[in-house]
Amino acid sequence: MRALLVVAALLALAACGEREQVAAGERTYQGKPDAKPWESGPPPAALRGGTWKQGDRASWEDQIRTRTLAQHEDRRIYQ
Amino acid sequence: MARMKFLCDVERCIECNGCVTACKNENEVPWGVNRRRVVTLNDGVVGAEKSISVACMHCSDAPCMAVCPVDCFYKTDDGIVLHDKDLCIGCGYCFYACPFGAPQFPQAGAFGLRGKMDKCTFCAGGPEADRTQAEFSKYGRNRLAEGKLPACAEMCSTKALLGGDGDVVADIYRERVLRRGKGSEVWGWGTAYGPGKPGAQPPQAPRPATKS
Repeated sequence: MRALLVVAALLALAACGEREQVAAGERTYQGKPDAKPWESGPPPAALRGGTWKQGDRASWEDQIRTRTLAQHEDRRIYQ
Repeated sequence: MARMKFLCDVERCIECNGCVTACKNENEVPWGVNRRRVVTLNDGVVGAEKSISVACMHCSDAPCMAVCPVDCFYKTDDGIVLHDKDLCIGCGYCFYACPFGAPQFPQAGAFGLRGKMDKCTFCAGGPEADRTQAEFSKYGRNRLAEGKLPACAEMCSTKALLGGDGDVVADIYRERVLRRGKGSEVWGWGTAYGPGKPGAQPPQAPRPATKS
């Protein structure tokens, strides 16, 4: 009886498993590989870009975060 | 992990097309191709006119990626949807799939011949060596590899268009909406240039009423 209940519960829960609906997940990019933006290191000073440690994603993200927050006028004006 | 997104505040967009110009200038986009454009609803109707700056939204589940027959699209670690122009066949499926009309098809000249698709890259270049002439001539400038954000967002005069990590952008927008109020506070002199007094503090967000 218990085994029957277990089988019934499993059958009842079978519909809860949802299959992936995203077609893009099954696609594979066929083009050339692209470098990560943090791999090349900071640009020359003439470009007036940011500073981060070459190859260090976390420091690059800190730079981008600082740049993003510069769009916040309250933080820019009220120093 | 950052997930790059654009957000356009329709209460602030004044349809100046500065973002469009900044994009064209920064990436040297040819005539006939508009990676970004400003759409205005109720144009000319006093009090009802709203403008919004639109480009590729770098969808989390991008339909262009799903329909591309040659699989030339890829998504970067930061959620930016890019594509390889050497692989693109210019079929136009992505144009039909995109709800924002982002994919563009140049007829001749720069950015590849035979109408290869061109679109906003979030100023992240493409699958060529970063910050090289090859990357610039095909995809435009790679500002992210320079530690910068897209030119359109950074150049926006009213800061209606925000770009960057989605979480940070959402925080900026949320804080702004709470403080916005009405009238000149939406976009007034004080908001634009500050109070002109040292040590002044920004206006505080109104607190929700509490039951006593």
